Amino acid sequence: MLNVALPKGRLGEKVYAMFEKAGFECPSIKENNRKLIFENAEKQVRYFWVKPSDVAIYVERGAADIGVAGKDILLEYSPDVYELLDLNIGKCRMAVAAKKDFCDDNKKTLTVATKFTNIAKNYYSSLGRDIDIIHLNGSIEIAPILGLSDVIVDIVETGTTLKENDLTVIEEIVPISARLIANKANFKFKSAPIEEIMKSLSMQAEK
Amino acid sequence: MKDLSTVFRSGERAEFVLRSLYSKYGYSQFKMSKFEEYDLYVRNKDFLVSENVITFTDTDGRLMALKPDVTLSIIKNSRNEGGVKKVYYDENVYRVSKGTKSFKEIMQVGLECLGDVDDYCIYEVLMLASKSLTTISENSVLDISHLGIVSGIMEKINLSTESTNILLDCIENKNSHGIDLVCEKENVCEEDKKVLTALVSTYGVIEDVLPKLEIFENEYTKDAVNQLKSVCLELIRAGIKNVRIDFSVINDMKYYNGIVFKGFVSGIPTGILSGGQYDKLMRKMKRNESAIGFAVYLDLLERLDENDNKLDVDVLVVYEKGVSLKTIEETVNSFIKQGLSVSAQAVVPEKLRYGKMVTLKKEN
Repeated sequence: MLNVALPKGRLGEKVYAMFEKAGFECPSIKENNRKLIFENAEKQVRYFWVKPSDVAIYVERGAADIGVAGKDILLEYSPDVYELLDLNIGKCRMAVAAKKDFCDDNKKTLTVATKFTNIAKNYYSSLGRDIDIIHLNGSIEIAPILGLSDVIVDIVETGTTLKENDLTVIEEIVPISARLIANKANFKFKSAPIEEIMKSLSMQAEK
Repeated sequence: MKDLSTVFRSGERAEFVLRSLYSKYGYSQFKMSKFEEYDLYVRNKDFLVSENVITFTDTDGRLMALKPDVTLSIIKNSRNEGGVKKVYYDENVYRVSKGTKSFKEIMQVGLECLGDVDDYCIYEVLMLASKSLTTISENSVLDISHLGIVSGIMEKINLSTESTNILLDCIENKNSHGIDLVCEKENVCEEDKKVLTALVSTYGVIEDVLPKLEIFENEYTKDAVNQLKSVCLELIRAGIKNVRIDFSVINDMKYYNGIVFKGFVSGIPTGILSGGQYDKLMRKMKRNESAIGFAVYLDLLERLDENDNKLDVDVLVVYEKGVSLKTIEETVNSFIKQGLSVSAQAVVPEKLRYGKMVTLKKEN
């Protein structure tokens, strides 16, 4: 039985459709109910919906053999997993944003508000810039407006939220997209079905 | 009679089986102190799996540490006596666990060969690593790689340290799209890109992979490719089935140089065996011999015991006040003779899980 962790939400549904196309369908998943685990014994596959940021944990700890997680989560938590494929969906970018009139004059410690502490730390240490990090769990955009921080590091999809809050992207850190990941040990013992899925998904992944 | 193997937990069972296996091949036990001078770890910090070490000041003022690693102590406490020194160890080490971020005692069994490590020696260590895994589980895999091949390819392509490190991470995580990105950024030629991608896509049982190794041959990797080939042919000859070639095994290149390997068993989500040839660490510690070895992380085997017998005891004997000791003992012994485990209690313990209950009433 192959265990697949899918991220709850729109991205997860898109990903499931790709798995379905690869020949690993599980019709019960489309029933409208609150179940979280779905199994197709005939195809030897079991899907479960988990919080997108938890997919990597399920895979790293082996509860899921494979899963789909955003590159942002992989960069932030560095889970010990195989990153088998870039699915080229759920595309966005990790960026630094600030108030439109902000100008970093390098004269004082830069305060950065973010959910992605490690990504921010690594990015600024690669630039040799001294920063102070304020970890927030949501509504990051208001931090510069209220003077809590100089800049924010966050995921930017269309930029609408930033625009509506009078913020603008000042630097791009890294492009983000959904990745197929696998548990390193389980990959050894279930390599045949995983390779089959990989092959089909890589053909489906838009370039 | 209850089989002894059912009393031992997987980790304990493996500990005894592995010790007896290693001593059969002439490895002698290396017993060491729990403590080591902290200085040893400061100088070789990168070699440690986790940087944090438990330290304390000894009565004479020296800063000591509870050992987080065994290999460093073996190198430090052994001398070059000619030939190959073959030792095994069965020790506890103290490391920070990734989950709880607090120190944990980890049971490790492993072996080291120090001295004139030759082809036989490398073969023997791989064979023992493979056997170690099969004694733990019927379903196991030993992935082997040769760092000489990976580093030789990097040397030929010759990118910045930063890009090389990203490439190594990509190889370790089987991330071929990441390799594409670096190649694009650094203008790596198509031919080299093909070789790098092949490091990710070339893996599997040795019979299948051996013919594909040619792609990795260049002036820097020739010896390494030949060594990997010849050791693999020996493993095939010996009928060792669970070995695979996989270049995603990347141990720290500052310490390791030749063959490196990692072992997995079905049911445990991480590698349980890790090892390789570490001549570079020997040089750092001012030794000019070669060395190869591995460790098995026995604490991880707990996961294999999950579906154990759910009962604490087979029989619960409950005796009333006034029942003679002789009667109780005879009843207990009668069940033990049948091969059952028994707990004799005056009152039924709240959480005890038992198969059947026998009540002994006071005779009038």
